[in-house]
Amino acid sequence: MQLIPCPWCGPREEAEFHYGGQAHVAYPGDPSALSDEEWARYVFFRENPSGPFAERWSHNAGCRRWFNAVRDTRTHDLLAVYRVGEPMPEVTA
Amino acid sequence: MSFRTDTGGAIDRNTLLRFTFNGVEHTGHPGDTLASALLANGVHEIGSSVKLGRPRGVVAAGSEDPTSLVQVEAPFSEPMLLATTVELYDGLVARGLAGQGKLSSEPDPARYDAKHEHCDVLVVGAGPAGLVAALTAARSGARVVLVDEQNQAGGALLGVDEYLDDRPSAEWVADIVAELKSTPDVLVLERTTAFGMYQDGFVLALQKRTDHLGFAAPASVARQRVWRIRTRQTVLATGAHERPVVFADNDRPGIMLASSARTFLHHYGVLPGSRAVVFTTNDSAYCAAIDLAESGVDIAVVVDARPEAPARLAAECAARGIEVRAGQLVTGTEGPGRVTAVQVGDDRIACDALLVSGGWNPVVSLFSQARGTLRYDAELGAFVPGRELATVRVAGSATGELDLTACTRQGRDAGAGAAAAAGFTSGSQVPLPASDSRCTARSGLVLWRVPGNDDASFVDLQRDSTVADVLRATGAGLRSLEHIKRYTTIGTAHDQGKTSGMIAAGIVAEALGVELSEQRPTTFRPPFTSVSFAALAGRDRGDLHDPVRVTSIHPWHVQHGALFENVGQWKRPWYYPQPGEDLHAAVLRECRATRESVGMMDGSTLGKIDVQGRDAGEFLDMLYTNMMSNLKVGKIRYGVMCGVDGMVIDDGTVIRVGEERYIVTTTTGNAAKVLDWMEEWLQTEWPHLDVHCTSVTEHWATIPLVGPKSRAVLAAVAPSLDVSNEAFEFMTWHDTEVAGVPARVCRISFSGELAYEINVTAWHGLAVWEALMAAGERYGITPYGTETMHVLRAEKGYPIIGQETDATVTPQDLGMSWAVSKKKPDFIGKRSFARAENNRSDRKQLVGLLPVDPAVLLPEGSQIVETDRLPEPPVRMLGHVTSSYPSAALGRTFALALVRSGHERIGETLYVPVEDSLVPVTVTESVLYDKEGARRDG
Repeated sequence: MQLIPCPWCGPREEAEFHYGGQAHVAYPGDPSALSDEEWARYVFFRENPSGPFAERWSHNAGCRRWFNAVRDTRTHDLLAVYRVGEPMPEVTA
Repeated sequence: MSFRTDTGGAIDRNTLLRFTFNGVEHTGHPGDTLASALLANGVHEIGSSVKLGRPRGVVAAGSEDPTSLVQVEAPFSEPMLLATTVELYDGLVARGLAGQGKLSSEPDPARYDAKHEHCDVLVVGAGPAGLVAALTAARSGARVVLVDEQNQAGGALLGVDEYLDDRPSAEWVADIVAELKSTPDVLVLERTTAFGMYQDGFVLALQKRTDHLGFAAPASVARQRVWRIRTRQTVLATGAHERPVVFADNDRPGIMLASSARTFLHHYGVLPGSRAVVFTTNDSAYCAAIDLAESGVDIAVVVDARPEAPARLAAECAARGIEVRAGQLVTGTEGPGRVTAVQVGDDRIACDALLVSGGWNPVVSLFSQARGTLRYDAELGAFVPGRELATVRVAGSATGELDLTACTRQGRDAGAGAAAAAGFTSGSQVPLPASDSRCTARSGLVLWRVPGNDDASFVDLQRDSTVADVLRATGAGLRSLEHIKRYTTIGTAHDQGKTSGMIAAGIVAEALGVELSEQRPTTFRPPFTSVSFAALAGRDRGDLHDPVRVTSIHPWHVQHGALFENVGQWKRPWYYPQPGEDLHAAVLRECRATRESVGMMDGSTLGKIDVQGRDAGEFLDMLYTNMMSNLKVGKIRYGVMCGVDGMVIDDGTVIRVGEERYIVTTTTGNAAKVLDWMEEWLQTEWPHLDVHCTSVTEHWATIPLVGPKSRAVLAAVAPSLDVSNEAFEFMTWHDTEVAGVPARVCRISFSGELAYEINVTAWHGLAVWEALMAAGERYGITPYGTETMHVLRAEKGYPIIGQETDATVTPQDLGMSWAVSKKKPDFIGKRSFARAENNRSDRKQLVGLLPVDPAVLLPEGSQIVETDRLPEPPVRMLGHVTSSYPSAALGRTFALALVRSGHERIGETLYVPVEDSLVPVTVTESVLYDKEGARRDG
């Protein structure tokens, strides 16, 4: 059972968290201006890197806050966590 | 004949325990395991093998034993236990297994629980290295937990009669345990096996608390406990298991690991037989030979596979009249069951025990589970821990080190290192003991197998997997140990290959002509030893398995004979059968009463979310497909919610309570999901919006009052409310008093009938329900459940989210374009409605189906096809039946279905395969009852 360091609550067990997929995929400002393909990229396409990956997590069974984390997908190590609105920190995998 | 020694061992010879094995009564002593007691009685045949039915005995003295599987029958039937780990108690009844046990059909009466523990340093294993590690960490002031699977500390020292610092090793062990137990913040857990090691210092351990008490176990004490340990640093002092050598007919009872025979002698006072052959590749078995000879066992010969026997030990053997044959091998065994003779070269040597040592395998399971990498040690012939991990240290023979003083030095270093890493400075140093041991296992010969009859040379005794099986696998082209493990099943039994895995790897490497250092060992996975589901379930059984949510009106439903269905965690009344009624009869009655007069149901489980804030309207406009910001205070609107892909995820009503306040309802099962959905958008996309959402589901009791007489019933209990159609319009709400308590009454309908939804605080739910029942009595008011609700809404073509929809259905597919705003510039899902895929004419769309035979009820989930004869497969499926009921109002059966191009097919005849026939059905609009909506206003 991994510990996830919630930026609001500190380290808590992963069972308290909910995964939210890739971070920094903003809702398009004007969806109607996008082509079908551009819209489909927003709706369906996500990165799948081997290595550091910025993702969204929600501390669902705790403070219920969403935050961002950089996770190394090879090891599951969380390299950084940061609050919504903060820029992604530099990490070294 | 007794094989019990007169003295020695940690058993109480003055107390007799009676037990029954395979129907025969025996006796043993406190301190015995079932295995030691059986061996003391000369019983070596425990069970038989799973595939071949060959007799099997006891190979090892501890949890690594691959063969001594038993089923304990009393006090409670429990399968697949090892006789070597079942502590003997008076009245024990057990039988040997043929590789498989039988689960009891009775519920287990014992309690099981779990406990959380947090520590700075966890030490696994209370052998010499672990004890020194724990004491070193404890003296630094760290919070220490020491777990060990045996019933007392000592580890390998329990199986020898060696002296440490010129006194019995048991005294050295006792001193350390005493100091540990008297140190604050140190927890010593016996009979506790760390069986799983996970990320971030999370370790699961199973403690057997009362198993050994048998019938005397107090019912108030949990029989077993799962410790959920979170530690900063871990020291693994998990020891080593002796490794056998594979040869022909190596599976007979009486063939045992040499060190285990020594353990049976020194810890239990039990001899393995009268005349034993010892077969070894290293020095350690000489001590077993010498100790057993001194205890009266006739050691026929020590067969040493090495070209030269060790001079000093050979001399000790000679002094005791023990013959040593160097450079020879055991090539086979004989016996009707238990071994009676051993073949060594050309000689047939009679014996009743064969003691084998092929070297030692460090126990690296937990280290590997913690993602430690393993390295092959060619001198040892075993995988050993590779690079150290940041939070996991390994000490003692688990590293491959077999000298006792060196093991304890590793323990001291690991304990100090772990404590320092956890932030503690070391205390007074623990002195390292000197051992008088004469037999170390290094300088051995690595020997996996003796060539012979491959079909009778067993690698995994529990799986009946032989050398021939391994060679079949490599012959078939398999090279990876993971693949060969699955092909041969070696290492997949209860023992997880503790004694067989390394040998299998060695035989594979030989067969493939590769170096073991190039082979990746198979991954170790939890659990290290078997853990029962009862222990894992702990207290979460029966009523405590999952929370049950009931409404404030629930007691009334129970009293009135409702049958319940589970909706998420909620118990909802399903229907209220009267005497003699089945589901169909009850539902037809409930539907008829509601459509013809008045019915009511408990709708309290409906999800309710209070949405407040300056931007609440703007927020809901983005979440729902239709406009909510222009809803007037006092009004109600039905709304559909979609994902960004344009697929329906929920629906419900939105009522505007104030300028900056809405209450939205969700389907019962989606309440938490919709609140999460709202929070996700508010926090991650629109944090600038001033909106706050709170679940108020359990604050309200909600009672839909439905049917043409509902107005009269409401009027009777709400005298201050003008219930006329003009004063109280459809899709509006009024705050008033119902049955004397404050209530919010909404005029909404999920049945097409005149209907009111009465909301009161949950405290008053039951009282208001009873008042409505009383007021409706003259109209024959009928309580109805979810089944009738489903029928009434289906007759009107209203979809149930999750029944008519499955995340591939749009509002347009449901025929609900009317609920999709054309005016709003954007809302979640809007852009997807314009995608080409969403506008295909052959999308599956919601329609009604009327079986041509009005008495035929289509099974829900049935497929729909185009022709009255099934063509050759693959048959094109047009869709499936989502809901199907008999209808009182229609006087016939009907169904809802998702059908390709369904809206264009209205009027067509399609076919539904039901068992062996194709049922013809007519496609209709989804609304089947009161299409013009004439009943809405009563």
